[in-house]
Amino acid sequence: MTVSGNATAATQTTDAATAAMARRTRRSNAIARFSFLVPVIYIFLLMLPIYWLMNMSFKTNSEILGAFSLWPRDPTIANYMVIFTDPAWYNGYINSIIYVVMNMVIAVTVALPAAYAFSRYRFLGDKHLFFWLLTNRMAPPAVFALPFFQLYSAFGLIDTHIAVAIAHCLFNVPLAVWILEGFMSGVPKEIDETAYIDGYSFPKFFVKIFVPLIASGIGVAAFFCFMFSWVELLIARTLTVTVAKPIAATMTRTVSASGLDWGVLAAAGVLTIIPGALVIWFVRNYIAKGFALGRV
Amino acid sequence: MDKTWNNKAWFMVLPMLLLVAFSAVIPLMTVVNYSVQDTFGNNQFFWAGTDWFSDVLSSPRFHDALMRNLLFSGIILLIEVPLGIFIALNMPRKGLGVPFCLVFMSLPLLIPWNVVGTIWQVFGRIDIGLLGYTLNALGFDYNYVNDPFDAWVTVIVMDVWHWTSLVVLLCYAGLVSIPDAYYQAAKIDGASRWSVFRYIQLPKMNRVLLIAVLLRFMDSFMIYTEPFVVTGGGPGNATTFLSIDLVKTAIGQFDVGPAAAMSLIYFLIILLLSWVFYTVMVTNDAKG
Repeated sequence: MTVSGNATAATQTTDAATAAMARRTRRSNAIARFSFLVPVIYIFLLMLPIYWLMNMSFKTNSEILGAFSLWPRDPTIANYMVIFTDPAWYNGYINSIIYVVMNMVIAVTVALPAAYAFSRYRFLGDKHLFFWLLTNRMAPPAVFALPFFQLYSAFGLIDTHIAVAIAHCLFNVPLAVWILEGFMSGVPKEIDETAYIDGYSFPKFFVKIFVPLIASGIGVAAFFCFMFSWVELLIARTLTVTVAKPIAATMTRTVSASGLDWGVLAAAGVLTIIPGALVIWFVRNYIAKGFALGRV
Repeated sequence: MDKTWNNKAWFMVLPMLLLVAFSAVIPLMTVVNYSVQDTFGNNQFFWAGTDWFSDVLSSPRFHDALMRNLLFSGIILLIEVPLGIFIALNMPRKGLGVPFCLVFMSLPLLIPWNVVGTIWQVFGRIDIGLLGYTLNALGFDYNYVNDPFDAWVTVIVMDVWHWTSLVVLLCYAGLVSIPDAYYQAAKIDGASRWSVFRYIQLPKMNRVLLIAVLLRFMDSFMIYTEPFVVTGGGPGNATTFLSIDLVKTAIGQFDVGPAAAMSLIYFLIILLLSWVFYTVMVTNDAKG
């Protein structure tokens, strides 16, 4: 009797537990059904300010200032035409693209062998060097703005594309080295050793075997060099006057000079978002890795 | 990975070293040079010792900018980290929603920083901005141009808009690395949603969360362009953070001595933080 009583009690407890579990599962299912709303609302809020900028870029100035409307009543591309026909505007884009591409090529080229050295060898002072690189990535551009101006004046490089490209190496080379090192450490060392046994010289092995293996890493590093050079304004503005003036600086100047040309400002802003938006699809799975310096 | 000891690897590092040293060491030496000298113009300098450093360290202006910056970094971390975790937990794990979420969420990260400033400058304006107009229409007395509190709210909301996605993406990367078996085991044990989060998801996100917190702290600590475009450091000095104050001193007033001393103090703080970051990274890498 006692035994069966215990058994009944045990069964009852189990039943109760199962019921509780089922309830919990049902409730969590109900929550899970609506969990898609969180990213949807978040993305909606993210897009709202960008939409507002696009909305403004298709309006005339009188419409922007005159009537408050959620979409352009009378869409116009006049603002974009101003940018595409005025050299002061479109040269800004060309200048930005020139120094950004230069910077990207320089940064990735010097970072490749360095990252290989860090990922494969131990050498005198390697850890200190790796740490020193990080401090440059973390250095505030404001600290460097004035000394940069004087350094590049001394070399007669003010207002040239190469000056900005080299100055941006300050934070982009460390970034590229850290990202590439992260990718290279994922390639087993046995591959190197096998290649050497097969009679490959180091340069041949590096170009023919190793670079294709980390192609995605190189793409990600190049993308982030492009991006961080593209979004930086303080140093680029300090080092340029007119000839190499980046679009970001053109935006600040023209607005204050010509009063409040909101429409053109908005159109210029929209055009600076496009390069990022175009390539984002290709790097979507690596964005976290890139921003975390290759450490995720 | 076990690495071989080979000092010839220095030759592979050398080009990179020279390039970065040119952009990093020479300017830093200039800064050091200025920080210990004074001038009456005409390029004549004389030794000033540590005067500038004691000046800067005891100036209320520097303290205020530092305090504002620390407050700003603290607030955005308190908002962005929990919000980022919450959104990452609710993101889809498979299907078409994944690339959709990744692409749209990353978009603010790739916008030039001054354009981020411009977007919010416009968005918050009470006459032509959706946010400012709506808030005022709803009866809030919001005007970021002359109200310090509203300016702060605008700058913080802007940073949350700009950078929360970074926390989301990092946490998401940590979450997808959890094997399904963990969740199945939790289900069999009848674990609640909270204990799944507390004992499975949070420990697995530890590494990426540390990286996210450190990156966000350092980047917010040197923020310049976005608040400068939106508020210009104002109204008054309400949103003058360290970088803005430094540029005002160095380029606006051309007080190179105090600016250089301030740069070095600023840089030392960053150096200390970088060291923390580096130690965390190395420990993480060692754990695999």
